[in-house]
Amino acid sequence: MINEIISMNGYGSYVWSAFSFTLISFVALYFVTKLQLLKEQKRFASKFGSLNEEKTKAARSQNINIEILSNTSKI
Amino acid sequence: MFKYFEPNKIYAITSRAPKYVLFLFIVVLTIGLTESLILSPEDYKQSEAVRIMYVHVPAAWISLGIFLGLALMSIGSFIFKNKNFALISKSLAPSGFIFNIIALVTGSIWGKPTWGTWWAWDARITSMLILALFYGMYLLAWRIYEDNNKAIKVTSMIAILGAINIPIIKFSVDWWNTLHQPSSINILSETSIHISMLIPLGIMTAAFALFSLLIFLMKYNTELIKVKNKGLDRL
Repeated sequence: MINEIISMNGYGSYVWSAFSFTLISFVALYFVTKLQLLKEQKRFASKFGSLNEEKTKAARSQNINIEILSNTSKI
Repeated sequence: MFKYFEPNKIYAITSRAPKYVLFLFIVVLTIGLTESLILSPEDYKQSEAVRIMYVHVPAAWISLGIFLGLALMSIGSFIFKNKNFALISKSLAPSGFIFNIIALVTGSIWGKPTWGTWWAWDARITSMLILALFYGMYLLAWRIYEDNNKAIKVTSMIAILGAINIPIIKFSVDWWNTLHQPSSINILSETSIHISMLIPLGIMTAAFALFSLLIFLMKYNTELIKVKNKGLDRL
């Protein structure tokens, strides 16, 4: 049964390479996108941390900034 | 109407959604892979090589759908002058490009056992390659232009021009004598694929659509944070 699935009537190399290429592309794109997101979140957190009290208050008035910070703290 | 879709309002949703979409994607992909690699029958002509269809066809459909989305968003961006359209298009493009490459590569792998060649300058294959070039130009333009307004204009022009290629891809198999087979699935007429193959094809298409949604959400969140980073600089 396993041999049949692997050999696929002699077409195994074609079928498995097509599926492998697809899955490897998925994994690569997922991790590249994830890394870009984490990098941008960290940049945001460090910039936010360097703001003075007045600017921090102004930045905190926007809900989205708080949301980004709360996601960053989960990294 | 657009005020309900403002980035500030939807970030709470887009930042939480990826983990649920990832879970759903893994579940649907696992079912899809089991169906397409083990449970679905072999073809009487192509034998087991037909299984490549379950990655090739959904990838081609989704890359075409995403490019159509880019073109519509670009038109919307010109008409409504809403930058969120550009942000959505920019976030959709990477997965569309990857699906285009997957369609080309898996098509080439499928071509060897069925046609006896890895590549042919056939109308369908060549027009898909042109689509990949448009995707490449679109993504490059976002990197090249630092001025955001100029980047939006150039990328929108690329997307609208590239959209002319979409009907050419769709009807290339009817307009010219091609090595590529005509469509087996038609919305308006009878489908020539058996239900036992249509089910795995549908599940794999759903899995691929979920993956493109996942990448879109992650990329969209990245772009929103970039905008907010610039906002902090202006404070």
